[in-house]
Amino acid sequence: MIEAVGLTKRYGAKTAVYNLSFQVRPGAVTGFLGPNGSGKSTTMRMILGLDNPTAGQVTIGGHPYRRLPNAPRQVGALLDAKAVHGGRHARNHLLSLAQLSGIPARRVDEVLGVVGLQEVAKKRSKGFSLGMGQRLGIAAALLGDPQVLLFDEPINGLDPEGILWVRNLMKALAAEGRTVFVSSHLMSEMAVTADHLIVIGRGQLLADMNIRDFISANSADFARVRTPDSEPQQREKLTSALTEAGGQVLPEQDGALRVMGLPLPRISDLAHDADVRLWELSPHQASLEEAYMRMTQGAVDYRSTSDQRAGLQQELPPGAMPPVQVPVPGQGQPGWYAPPPPQQGGQPFAMPQGQPAGPYGAPAAPGGPGEPNPYAQAAPAPHAAPDMTKPEDAR
Amino acid sequence: MSTPQPSMQQQMQQQAAPNWQAAPGPSYTSPIPIVRTHLGHALASEWTKIKSVRSTMWTLGVFLFLMIGLGLLFALITASTDTSMEGESPLVLGVFGPMLGIVCLITLGVLTTASEYGTGMIRTTLTACPSRGRVLMAKAIVFFALAFTVTLVATALVGFAQVAILEGNGAGDPTGEEWLRVTVGVSLYVALFGLLSLLIGSLIRHSAGAITIMIGLFLAPLVIAMFMFAEPLKDVQQFLLEYSIPSQLSVFYGAELSSSGPSGWGPLWIMLGMTAVTFAGAYFLLEKRDV
Repeated sequence: MIEAVGLTKRYGAKTAVYNLSFQVRPGAVTGFLGPNGSGKSTTMRMILGLDNPTAGQVTIGGHPYRRLPNAPRQVGALLDAKAVHGGRHARNHLLSLAQLSGIPARRVDEVLGVVGLQEVAKKRSKGFSLGMGQRLGIAAALLGDPQVLLFDEPINGLDPEGILWVRNLMKALAAEGRTVFVSSHLMSEMAVTADHLIVIGRGQLLADMNIRDFISANSADFARVRTPDSEPQQREKLTSALTEAGGQVLPEQDGALRVMGLPLPRISDLAHDADVRLWELSPHQASLEEAYMRMTQGAVDYRSTSDQRAGLQQELPPGAMPPVQVPVPGQGQPGWYAPPPPQQGGQPFAMPQGQPAGPYGAPAAPGGPGEPNPYAQAAPAPHAAPDMTKPEDAR
Repeated sequence: MSTPQPSMQQQMQQQAAPNWQAAPGPSYTSPIPIVRTHLGHALASEWTKIKSVRSTMWTLGVFLFLMIGLGLLFALITASTDTSMEGESPLVLGVFGPMLGIVCLITLGVLTTASEYGTGMIRTTLTACPSRGRVLMAKAIVFFALAFTVTLVATALVGFAQVAILEGNGAGDPTGEEWLRVTVGVSLYVALFGLLSLLIGSLIRHSAGAITIMIGLFLAPLVIAMFMFAEPLKDVQQFLLEYSIPSQLSVFYGAELSSSGPSGWGPLWIMLGMTAVTFAGAYFLLEKRDV
């Protein structure tokens, strides 16, 4: 088990991680999410004793990492696939790590087999592709048959076979009762791998909850309904019938309707009663990506914008009109995210309601209560930024 | 996990956090017994590391080439000119080998530590062995032993060859003390200077920067002193000339520039002191800094 209490890391004036407290439990895959620069890697480095926290502490099984008697036998980590000496053979690289913790050489050949690198065991790792590097890094993490495993972006660069393998590997490791802590930006992959999520933004904890709770707390499931395109009056009819019955109806871009708050059979019954034919009635579960985007919108440090290519254009003579920019769909426009569930109205991202501060929850800020939280004003709730949402989302 | 088990279970019982749905399952314990690690493990690991990169082969290969090549070359040149050595020790001709060869050991020493920072390997290493001081100690021992052994073999070979080649030129038979100084003494001195480079590499954490500093330390005092003609600086010039690394190295061959500088085994103690101080600094910073 990994336990962080009030973990804080400052680099000069920049606060990378602020007052972070969480637990990572054995027997489950815990996903670690957050935008670029949100402090995920810094947190991982502090867990592994590479960086010293400015305040707070993090322990593994009750001990700080650097106090563990034989750390690689208890904690395996993949931090950076390129953190190897490129001139060394894959096997020698692993052998040197094995020798450090008294692991016999035959274990090295074993893990090379597990990750499928036997063929290139005697090749210098400089020539490895990113995916092969990841496999070598995973081999190093598995070397000591550890009880706790940390993976930072393990599936970057892997082929589909490798992604499936890593997914099953993580689940199998967790099923054996190990603690598996994995960060990734690939939401679709996280959704099928992780059981539990820890989400941070700007170095602070945004969420620590079960993945299903996370999705339902941050977005709502809905039904997609489509009436015949040729008869717009049917659409109006259905809309009013559904609204009357207590449903929330939003138009979609392609003319379909997004219905929330009504179960599918009820929608069908209402349509039948209103004598409206349906072309489509489909259930939609909000994806982890939608829920994640909704939660972290305010905490994104590095936001991409559309490329105006103004730097390439010649300066216009005075008085001339600049050419009209045709907006390109998908560029510089924030995505359309599933709305929060009705019962949580004004709180688009929050821990489940009524949750008391647990034994590890919200310890005093390092530096005392007098010190202002440097991020207190930094993350505006998405609904406070009307320009972020399209008109039809405004309610 | 052997030792921390009780405390972990305790914590789990204390912290039945409300928002966790799954009860904490039994945690995994590896069937393979966990051994307590010590310096021996780190030594084995560092030995694997140093012998499995090409830069070791290249730097030591060039080092041996320079040591043996220059030693034999000067001996053969002297032998071919009918010069009489008049009872002088033939070993003095070996001084040029280590003077050039030492640059190879600077490179190897710096690369042993700094290349880990360049490649990011240091994070993997220090994750696998959180006792950072042990890693530095192991690197120092492995490098020093390797550099000392290779230099000892080279200096001994060159010494025997020189004595054999110059026998006909009336060269004297070197005494045991002279033999000891040009083999063991030079090897210790040169290996210590390489070790100093290794420690500077660990302090600077950048290969090119550390190599530049070490080459500068090796050459700059002598070069500066050569052009220090001003009268008021005479003492400074004298000091730089006598205590520059090449001058100290020549002391082992009985070829010192003046009689007032270090003599006998003096250079070895100077180098030992410098290395010890730097080791303490590197050890302290490694334990303290983020990597």
